[in-house]
Amino acid sequence: MSAALMPYEEALAKYEPVLGVETHIELGTASKMFCGCPTTFGAPPNTQVCPVCLGLPGSLPVANKAAIEGIIKIGLALNCTIVEWCRFARKNYFYPDMPKNFQISQYDEPLCVDGHLDVEVDGETYRIGIERVHMEEDTGKSLHVGGATGRIHGADYSLVDYNRAGIPLVEIVTKPITGTGDKAPLVARAYATELRELVRALGVSDVRMEEGSMRCDINVSLAPRGSAEWGTRTETKNVNSLRSVERAVRHEIERQAAVLESGGTVVQETRHFHEDTGTTTSGRSKEEAQDYRYFPEPDLVPIAPSREWVEELRASLPELPAARRRRVQAEWGLTDLELRDVVNAGALDLIEDTVKAGCAPAPARKWWMNELSRRAAEQGVELSDLPITPRQVARIQALIDEGSLNDKLARQVFEGVLAGEGDPDQVVAARGLKIVSDEGELSAIVDQVIADNAEVAEKVRSGKVAAAGALVGAVMKATRGQADAARARELILEKLGAS
Amino acid sequence: MSSELTRRTAAELAELIASGQVSAVEVTQAHLDRIAAVDGQVKAFLHVDAETALAQARAVDERRAAGERLGPLAGVPVAHKDVFTTADMPTTAGSKILEGWRPPYDATVTARLREAGLVIIGKTNLDEFAMGSSTENSAFGPSHNPWDLSRVPGGSSGGSSAAVAAYEAPLATGTDTGGSIRQPAAVTGIVGAKPTYGGSSRYGLIAFASSLDTPGPFGRTVLDAALLHEAFSGHDPLDSTSIDRPVPPVVEAARRADVAGLRVGVVKELGGEGYQPGVQARFNEAVELLESLGAKVAEVSCPHFTYALPAYYLIAPSECSSNLARFDAMRYGLRVGDDGVRSAEEVMALTRAQGFGAEVKRRIMLGTYALSSGYYDAYYGKAQQVRTLIIRDFEAAFEQVDVLVSPTTPTTAFPIGDRVDDPMAMYLADLATIPSNLAGNAAISVPCGLADEDGLPVGLQVMAPPLADDRVYRVAAAVEKALQDRWGGPLLAKAPELVEVDR
Amino acid sequence: MSAITRDEVAHLARLSRLALGEEELDHLAAQLDVIISAVARVQEVAAEDIPPTSHALPLTNVFRPDEVRPSLSPEQALAGAPAAEEQRFRVPRILGEEA
Repeated sequence: MSAALMPYEEALAKYEPVLGVETHIELGTASKMFCGCPTTFGAPPNTQVCPVCLGLPGSLPVANKAAIEGIIKIGLALNCTIVEWCRFARKNYFYPDMPKNFQISQYDEPLCVDGHLDVEVDGETYRIGIERVHMEEDTGKSLHVGGATGRIHGADYSLVDYNRAGIPLVEIVTKPITGTGDKAPLVARAYATELRELVRALGVSDVRMEEGSMRCDINVSLAPRGSAEWGTRTETKNVNSLRSVERAVRHEIERQAAVLESGGTVVQETRHFHEDTGTTTSGRSKEEAQDYRYFPEPDLVPIAPSREWVEELRASLPELPAARRRRVQAEWGLTDLELRDVVNAGALDLIEDTVKAGCAPAPARKWWMNELSRRAAEQGVELSDLPITPRQVARIQALIDEGSLNDKLARQVFEGVLAGEGDPDQVVAARGLKIVSDEGELSAIVDQVIADNAEVAEKVRSGKVAAAGALVGAVMKATRGQADAARARELILEKLGAS
Repeated sequence: MSSELTRRTAAELAELIASGQVSAVEVTQAHLDRIAAVDGQVKAFLHVDAETALAQARAVDERRAAGERLGPLAGVPVAHKDVFTTADMPTTAGSKILEGWRPPYDATVTARLREAGLVIIGKTNLDEFAMGSSTENSAFGPSHNPWDLSRVPGGSSGGSSAAVAAYEAPLATGTDTGGSIRQPAAVTGIVGAKPTYGGSSRYGLIAFASSLDTPGPFGRTVLDAALLHEAFSGHDPLDSTSIDRPVPPVVEAARRADVAGLRVGVVKELGGEGYQPGVQARFNEAVELLESLGAKVAEVSCPHFTYALPAYYLIAPSECSSNLARFDAMRYGLRVGDDGVRSAEEVMALTRAQGFGAEVKRRIMLGTYALSSGYYDAYYGKAQQVRTLIIRDFEAAFEQVDVLVSPTTPTTAFPIGDRVDDPMAMYLADLATIPSNLAGNAAISVPCGLADEDGLPVGLQVMAPPLADDRVYRVAAAVEKALQDRWGGPLLAKAPELVEVDR
Repeated sequence: MSAITRDEVAHLARLSRLALGEEELDHLAAQLDVIISAVARVQEVAAEDIPPTSHALPLTNVFRPDEVRPSLSPEQALAGAPAAEEQRFRVPRILGEEA
């Protein structure tokens, strides 16, 4: 049964949405949070487990220093205060994918507090407050067997793999996000996007939403316009892509508005997002409220990061996305809109690497944003997944710059590289794609073209220089595109006395 | 020779083995024989595997024959509390919920015993998950006190204390969360020490209360306990709460055995009312003895010690409620009621209800209560504040004196069955030992005589600041030496001989 | 007045995943009542300004380097499992939320 919805514009006219985003990010450490098991994604089940991450009796956790450094870096990049002393806490609840039946987390003493992240939507900047960033451990994964759908409901039993259990997980919680109005879904998406970019830039996680190394829970509540009081919020889980973040917010706004409009009340609950329908459904309503019985984790000692350590980590931070965007915008001379297109296309790294490989910014951007973006779209893959490297793109442009290729030939080289025919130089050689630059040969072809197109030649001779284009075209045709068009034009004009 | 070997101290056995007068195999066999002869009555062991034990002993003999330099206790048998994981033996923690479980790994203490060449002769009985003061909470039945088989050997490490007191092993390991080494040592007339918290590794020790649990040694002499202490203690990178410092020189202290000039404080709050007269009398004599040996004795007040017991019975159950959540029938151990229809949640609840004994369930419930929302501040929170007050009491006391002393237990060994239906009475057994667990400092119990009323052993507790473990051994050794001179031998010599059954 | 009601005891049993019978609940309720009344003494002395102690000794910053150590083999990991299938732990159906 699908929930009643209120049209989006109508909902926004009546209600002001308040958002909150809780993001879990798996850190890309070599070993787990509290033991030495590896963290490789996709390993065969239960091959990356030990007494500690299986929660075997007697085992004890020891915190991974790289994970602590990773979370401090995230906290610093989010403009947070790194506290001087904090503890881990146990969050107690029973669940078969959680080996100890408590999760080592942090409760009232998070490591990083009170930061912010600026995001931009339609030219406007929104400052998203960060409430806290804390360290915890991931759970195992269950496979549900039997029943109709492979889902948990109706399953006969489940099979649990604990490879993921104990992977370091950073939870980033925003402060309530208000004042976004009808931009709420876009702001939520922009936040998730910016956070992903930030964490990727820090190099502490691969932040792949499709593999679950970044997961968002979305809180939405509605306040009637003009009212200072916020409504009851829902928490939507299973939001596994940036697009879903936007859709989940939009759906919850429409759904909650309809509930309120019909005189109902929004239930404080966990909801699940469904990628296929773009809707949310209620999680199992619990007979009793959860009582996690948090208390300080006695098996781990407090973390007291010295100010020296924090400053050392701050100094080690790479250039962050916002600063980097400002820099490349200036260096490459982009408009805001052009920059946004580059960012949205995921081309920033690629273009920058191409530039680093010796290519001028303009052609680097041109190839990635036009030719290659088109091919990626045709194949339905991400730009970065195309089988071509920035270095190869730079090499093709270098061949153009030295006059060995023109744009048309270059496109054939791109085709060859993407088809796996080797490096640009190999493709050029194999396909015989060299500009005809032999003056004598080109001169002969030009003479032939002038002779074959006497009428057009006469026009040029009489001063209609624009007509030379047709002759250049004929030269290019005769050379199957391998002539240097500029040089051909020069020769034509020269021979017709029009230069 | 064989029966004589079991009467030797660990230090003597080690010397005999080192000098080649006996082999580790002979020593191990002698103890296996003794176990076969008396453990039917004492019931100290949950698991004895003669083959494995003899193989370990043979390995030591071979290493020695090959000229390898071995540790000071190489070849000496040790009884291992069944709360430490052992990869080659089952580990039950005295619970039905773990019956038959074979851990895939050794506890750090286990591994260090092996490295030191000690022969793990078997796993000893305990109160389920180390919760109790008598071993009556063991799912596998109680152990018996060799002094009087109708009485408890103390607990939770009662299998270990009984094994050592019954000459089934010269040494044993234990764990002390609220007195679980010192109290059983006291009521069986042997020596038991609780090292400084963090001084011995908890890795592979099945947790009861993480912030209190401390592995420690049992021996029939102070020196033996010190030798075992030294063998398995010290920093362990697998335990975050382990202290990265050298082990205090406990063996040297045990050999030194002098108290001249040492300032000894008698804790005013640990004695008098609630203490059995015979216990108090032996304690008072021990204090006089210390004075006669040159110690400066003074009375010291630790006003918050009277709140230690209630604080302990909030903190320990709270931690246990969380630590024992993992026993849920999903990954190991018992599973009850999995009929293909019941949910995981139901199977967990049925298994836990059947797999845990009454005391464990009581403490899980109590801990869950103390941590639950609305009660946390009033119970768990307050208990943690009391913990601070107790630490401050100790700190103030140790500004005035070098060590503190008290009776180890309020009473001698009580009859089996006497307190099982009265948890509060049972909890009183740890009245004097709990403060050191809450503060994490070092403490020991050393025999100081027999109570007049019942002729049963009484223990003297000596407490020292964290990392001053050597001090408690020094004092205990001095007392031991003086009393043995007076008695003409160890206290345990006064214990009745157990009847050895045919084997 | 009792320190804890029978309903609360039943609630604690559910939170603790203990399927206790009626009789056991009655028995436990009575015992817990006595114990809780006794341990409530901690409230007499602990004033607001006393900091709580969670760890006996004041250690901080104990970390391990980010180094991979050998894991158990799947056979070792699953050796104690009450049920296993496809190299995974087989558990009864889970009623909880859809994860």
